[in-house]
Amino acid sequence: MLVLAIDTSNRALTVALASDQQLLGEITLNIKQTHSEGLMPAITYLFQAAKLKPAAIDRVAVAQGPGSYTGIRIAVTTAKTLAWTLNKELVGVSSLAVIASNVLSTQRLIVPVFDARRQAVFTGAYQWQQGHLVSVLSDRHIKLAAWLPELLATKQPLTFVGQTAVFSDTIRKMCGKQAKIAPEAANLPRGQQLAWLGQQAQPIANVHGFVPTYLRKTEAEATWLKNHPNNEGHEPYVEEI
Amino acid sequence: MQENSSQTRELILAFESSCDETSVAVIENGEKILANVIASQINSQKRFGGVVPEVASRHHVEQITLCAEEAMTQAHVTYADLTAVAVTYGPGLVGALLIGVSAAKAIAFAHQLPLIPVNHMAGHVYAARLVKPLTYPLIALLVSGGHTELVYMRTAGQFEIIGDTRDDAAGEAFDKVGRVLGLAYPAGGKIDHLASQGQDSFHFPRAMIKEANYDFSFSGLKSAFINTVHNAQQRGEALSHADLAASFQASVIDVIVTKTLRAVKQYGVQQLIMAGGVAANSGLRDRFRQEIAQRDLELDFVVPPLRLCGDNGAMIGAAAHVLYAQGVRGDAHLNADPSLSFPYLAANTTK
Ligand SMILES: [Zn+2]
Repeated sequence: MLVLAIDTSNRALTVALASDQQLLGEITLNIKQTHSEGLMPAITYLFQAAKLKPAAIDRVAVAQGPGSYTGIRIAVTTAKTLAWTLNKELVGVSSLAVIASNVLSTQRLIVPVFDARRQAVFTGAYQWQQGHLVSVLSDRHIKLAAWLPELLATKQPLTFVGQTAVFSDTIRKMCGKQAKIAPEAANLPRGQQLAWLGQQAQPIANVHGFVPTYLRKTEAEATWLKNHPNNEGHEPYVEEI
Repeated sequence: MQENSSQTRELILAFESSCDETSVAVIENGEKILANVIASQINSQKRFGGVVPEVASRHHVEQITLCAEEAMTQAHVTYADLTAVAVTYGPGLVGALLIGVSAAKAIAFAHQLPLIPVNHMAGHVYAARLVKPLTYPLIALLVSGGHTELVYMRTAGQFEIIGDTRDDAAGEAFDKVGRVLGLAYPAGGKIDHLASQGQDSFHFPRAMIKEANYDFSFSGLKSAFINTVHNAQQRGEALSHADLAASFQASVIDVIVTKTLRAVKQYGVQQLIMAGGVAANSGLRDRFRQEIAQRDLELDFVVPPLRLCGDNGAMIGAAAHVLYAQGVRGDAHLNADPSLSFPYLAANTTK
């Protein structure tokens, strides 16, 4: 099974082409750029270098969030359009799982974190079980100060990975010896890992309905729903005219 | 000079997602609509009294492949039939534009098709090409919630701005005034309807109507309107909403029609195109028709049907046809350009 993997959830961009047996190629860029400019040239180069036609793939695997709203939309739109237009399978993988999967050979709880600003994080907890990366505590948007006690309560050793730099002092202070912070090399998403996770996942049944995992409503919608709990006949939101 | 329609069957799959409509069309030879699927978010956005960009972007992701599939199905075409993929890359909301751009690039890549980046405003002009051939030079008046522009075209695919709004777009003024009158977003149609029942009794200012340029300004009118309503409220006086709407609309129409027809005369054009959401305004359409008849102008006034005046993929496909012939191509790097604009016409270069 040939998989095209795409992740533009945060600053880094990573794409990979991989079969069941081996990685054919991966491009990972960790530079400040707009993913809209960088993504398709990277994909184009991968296919050119591998001397493959787009239709040669069997599946598109995409990191579907959480992350930068614009970033996950670019990856998801590109992935779902490719899957739909080429009539191939589509799988969505948590962007946090992609980072968690960088921490290999451990029984510890792996805690990927993305900075969501204002002392909040996108995070979750994962663990390797029989060679599979399993989500133990679901992905969420939460204040770090509320998240750490919940992790400590598991009484399990923790390894933090991802955008840990800004939070490392707080993590060390609150978690002490129960926590480790993964080495810098593990912090970047890798297309190869995403392709591998994507090979194991179930394909999406309805490609059209596939959307990013934002984990947060827009502020406008949150406010609206607070004041109008019944939504007052606004659905369907989008109609063909 | 008229465009020739080509003999071969050229098919362009065109994407538009610059604001709150997701639209995909299939256009044959730049003039025939085989499909023009439009998904409108108005029901969602009216909760907020206007378009919230993040909400718009999210809806676009939900709709984009659905619209594309329906367009291909309605048009009875396959990828092998397509000549090129076109997409609006600006101006507009950046997050919204990026959905159309990402999808169009993916399809162009997947099927090795040329990619044609299209300026949204060029699309609005070329909506008229779906009605009849264009005759150059021409002037296009683009009036919508985001724009109030007079565009001069000396030939196909060449756009120069001769006038623009200095502050609010005309459609924006309609929405703001609508809010003051307690009308739900979008208010344009409701104000148009109210205005037809009232009189221009408030005599609001006609901003910049006499100035020797083709620019517009609607923020002064908006303030005058709001002050009038607030002052009456403080006196406990109830003003006729119909008269308020009629007075507001009369001011907008006076300025737009006067300046546009002055430009038509100065630039010696024989065709005037009006497009954009505000082109749906019946008061504005009627007034143009009256003035053109009264002044005995030999002017072909083209207003595309309502469906083509608002944002839609068909107009992008029509514009892309001309750009394609001129060799305009995008590549895998194509990005959204939210503030994309035509160049200003340099003074005195027309004749
Ligand atoms: Zn428009």
